[in-house]
Formats: sequence, C-alpha cells, structure tokens
Amino acid sequence: MSEPALELEGLARHYGEREALSGVSLSLAAGQTLVVFGPNGAGKTTLLRVLATLLRPHAGDVRVLGANLPDQAWAVRGRVGLLGHEPLLYRELTARENLRFHARLHGVSDERVHELLGAVAMGSRAGEPLRTLSRGMVQRVAVARAVLHDPELLLLDEPHSNLDPAAVELVAPLIGAASGRTRVICSHDPTGDLAQADVVLGLRAGRPALLSAVAEVDPGEIAELYR
Amino acid sequence: MSGVQTPQRPRETAQPVRNAGLWRTVAALLRKELLVELRTLESVPAMSLFALSTFVVFHFALNRNSVEGDLGAGILWVTLLFAAILGINRLFVADADQGGFDAFLLAPVDRSAMLIAKALTLLAYLAVLELIAVPAFALLLLGAPLGPALPGLVTTLVLADLGVAVIGTLVAAMAVRTRARDLLGPLLALPLLVPVVIGGARATSPLLVQAHPAGVGGPAIRWLLTLGLYDLVFGLIAFALFDFLLED
Repeated sequence: MSEPALELEGLARHYGEREALSGVSLSLAAGQTLVVFGPNGAGKTTLLRVLATLLRPHAGDVRVLGANLPDQAWAVRGRVGLLGHEPLLYRELTARENLRFHARLHGVSDERVHELLGAVAMGSRAGEPLRTLSRGMVQRVAVARAVLHDPELLLLDEPHSNLDPAAVELVAPLIGAASGRTRVICSHDPTGDLAQADVVLGLRAGRPALLSAVAEVDPGEIAELYR
Repeated sequence: MSGVQTPQRPRETAQPVRNAGLWRTVAALLRKELLVELRTLESVPAMSLFALSTFVVFHFALNRNSVEGDLGAGILWVTLLFAAILGINRLFVADADQGGFDAFLLAPVDRSAMLIAKALTLLAYLAVLELIAVPAFALLLLGAPLGPALPGLVTTLVLADLGVAVIGTLVAAMAVRTRARDLLGPLLALPLLVPVVIGGARATSPLLVQAHPAGVGGPAIRWLLTLGLYDLVFGLIAFALFDFLLED
C-alpha cells in the first residue's frame, strides 16, 4: 500500500498567545480529497499554510508527500499547488508575464503557460495587466498558476470564490476531482463541496470538531460547526 | 478513512525541474522587478526627484556659486543616502502586498536568488539615480564640470552602491513584514549605511577639490578599501541571514 499523502499527528500552531490550530490528526491517501469546514477564524487557512510549508508547525508530527515538516520542507516545495485568498500574482504584470515568471521559478516551459492560458479561457486577455481584469478572470489565472508545475498536492482555499458557474466548470479538469490530484479544500459550502470529499474535517477554534469519511458524515454535523 | 481507490492522474505536459538554477531564478526575479518598476514608476522617479530637489534647495540655501571638498562631498552623499532610502522602502512592497513572497517560497529555488535579484534591482535604481543626480550636482553646486574626477567618482559610487544595495536589501526584507515597515526600514538602514556615507564622502572629497580649477588631489584609496571591505562583510552577513528572514 502506498504511503499516505498527508499524515498529521497532534498538529498545533499558534500566533503569539493565540492558538490557531491544536490537536489536528488525520491521514489522507494519495489521490483523495480532504474537505475542511469551519467558521471564519477556525484555522482552515492556517492548516493550508502549514501544509504548503509557508508556516512552521509548532507541535506535532506533519508528513506531507512523505516529507517531515518543517525539516524536509525543501522536498515538498514544487510538489504543492496553493490557491488561496490571494492570487499570488502581480497586478502590474499581464497574465502571461505572471505565468511565465512562475514557470521560470518552477522550471516549466512556456508551452505549458500557453496551454494553461487556453485551458482557463484567458488566451485572448493574456496580454492585459492583471489590474485591468475582473476578479473572476484573475481567479482563473490564479488557478492556472496553482497547477502550472503539475503539483501532486493541491491546497485550495475556497477555490470557486469569484468564479461564475461556467468558470467553475472550466477549471474543474485542473483542480476538480477529475484532476486526480490529492486535494485539501477549505470550504463554507457543504452542499457543493461535500460531494467532492473522501474525508471531512470540521474545525472550530482551531480544534478538530469533526473528522470522518464522507459516507459517515451527517450534514447536520457540518451545520453545527457554524452555530 | 484512507485507501479509497482513485483514478490515475493523467500526466500533463508540465515537466517540473526541481531546481530551476540560481542564476535562471535571479534572471526571472530581476526581469519581474524591472517590469513592475517600468509599469508603476514608483521608485526611481521618486528617488531622482528627491535628489534634484535637494540639490536645488542646497544651491539656494547656501547662496554660493560652488562648493568643494568636504562640503560638496557631504552634500552629494547625504542626498544620495536619503534618495536611496526611498528605494529601499519600496523594494519588497509589491511582494508583500501581492503575495510574491509566498509564491517565491512555494517554488523549489535557492532563497539566495531573491537577495541577489533584489540587490541587483536596487543597484540598477541607484545607477539611474546617479546618472541623473551627479550631473545635476555638478551643474547646481560644483560650478565646474567633473572632468578628470569622473573615473574616481564612478569607482567610489560603484563601491558605495554595492554596500547600499546589500544592506538596503537586508534591511528592507527585515522591515517589510512588520506593521511599521515605512518607519522601521529607514531606522534600521540609516545607522548601517553611515559607514558607507562616511567612506563615500571621504573618498570623494579630494576628487571634488581636484575637479575645482584651483584644486589638487586624488581618490582616497584608503577609503575605497574601507568601502570594499564593508561591502564584503555585509555581503557575507546578508547571505548568512537572508534565508532566515524569508522563513516563518
């Protein structure tokens, strides 16, 4: 049996005195999708940033794609795609210039940039500065940026925000279940995102309040997280 | 909860290279920096305008047709120092505000590439600044062309700029993630740049006497060596510290 893509045991992270995550333990097989629910400030984004190696865990064991964090963070970088609240793109550069810049950092060819601009239907607007594009268009470019280097693990923080239904369908082959990638999705949308989950984690004030295979999840338990 | 069978992910055309190479990364970062500056014109025009305005103020405030020696060198270097601070303060702002730091940290690249690229960016800003400021200084405050002093002055400027670029990059990286970055940057940079200004001014002073019709003198080698040593020491410190500044 292959090694899990994610193995967390007692993960904790704090900001100063405030505890952002505590006692998070789970395991996720390669190719599976973990959907994380929880109200604002529950620790969802912090969890993604720890998994992306952008934040150090302060306690617990964290293994991502077989590498221990934070000691082996170098072995994870370049294998993870992060799509967060910020697009991680420069407003003054065009979509094409932004993607080419990221392609250089990841050692990816310009051909891939061209291919992805087409995949997110941004080919005709690729030469315009990002600041002139709508938020939905910027989000589509951000999706292309997140998968540019063909990451094994996708970390998605409300990935469909700013996207219209047509755009959601457009990006599905890249970041949806059909992509076949291991995914961690932070969501506030149980009706939409529960269907994508293999495993569900519910966070409340940084602590796991729900952890279960999707077949065993009662939607009422998710609604309870937000009360 | 694990072990659910999932379809094999189809291989895409991306062929990630685990390390893009230091100099390729530096080139990509440098190109991005210069493109952003060309589009926004946030740093270099402000630095240049500041220097020009300061020379005009000195020209009228001193009410002299020409300055020379220590006074001239002091005016030149203090003005360049404060103009450089404007550029240092803006050096990482786009990265901090638009997620460039995170994007860089997610990539499998040598962190030193950012130090080198940012220092080269600042060096380029300083070069443009001095292309504008030094002739203006000669016109407004020397009252005579720099002429034979130019090679010595260029050498001094290059050595001092290296120090400003390295120290400025280090300080800007420290300050940019703090809430008081606009305040902290200059507060950290000024004391560290004082030796550069002293070295630059002392090396330049005899050159400005030489440039003056009645003057004599040559470049102060002792101060050029001091500048070179300071550059080397801070270059090594920056390489040792920079990775930690980017980490959480």
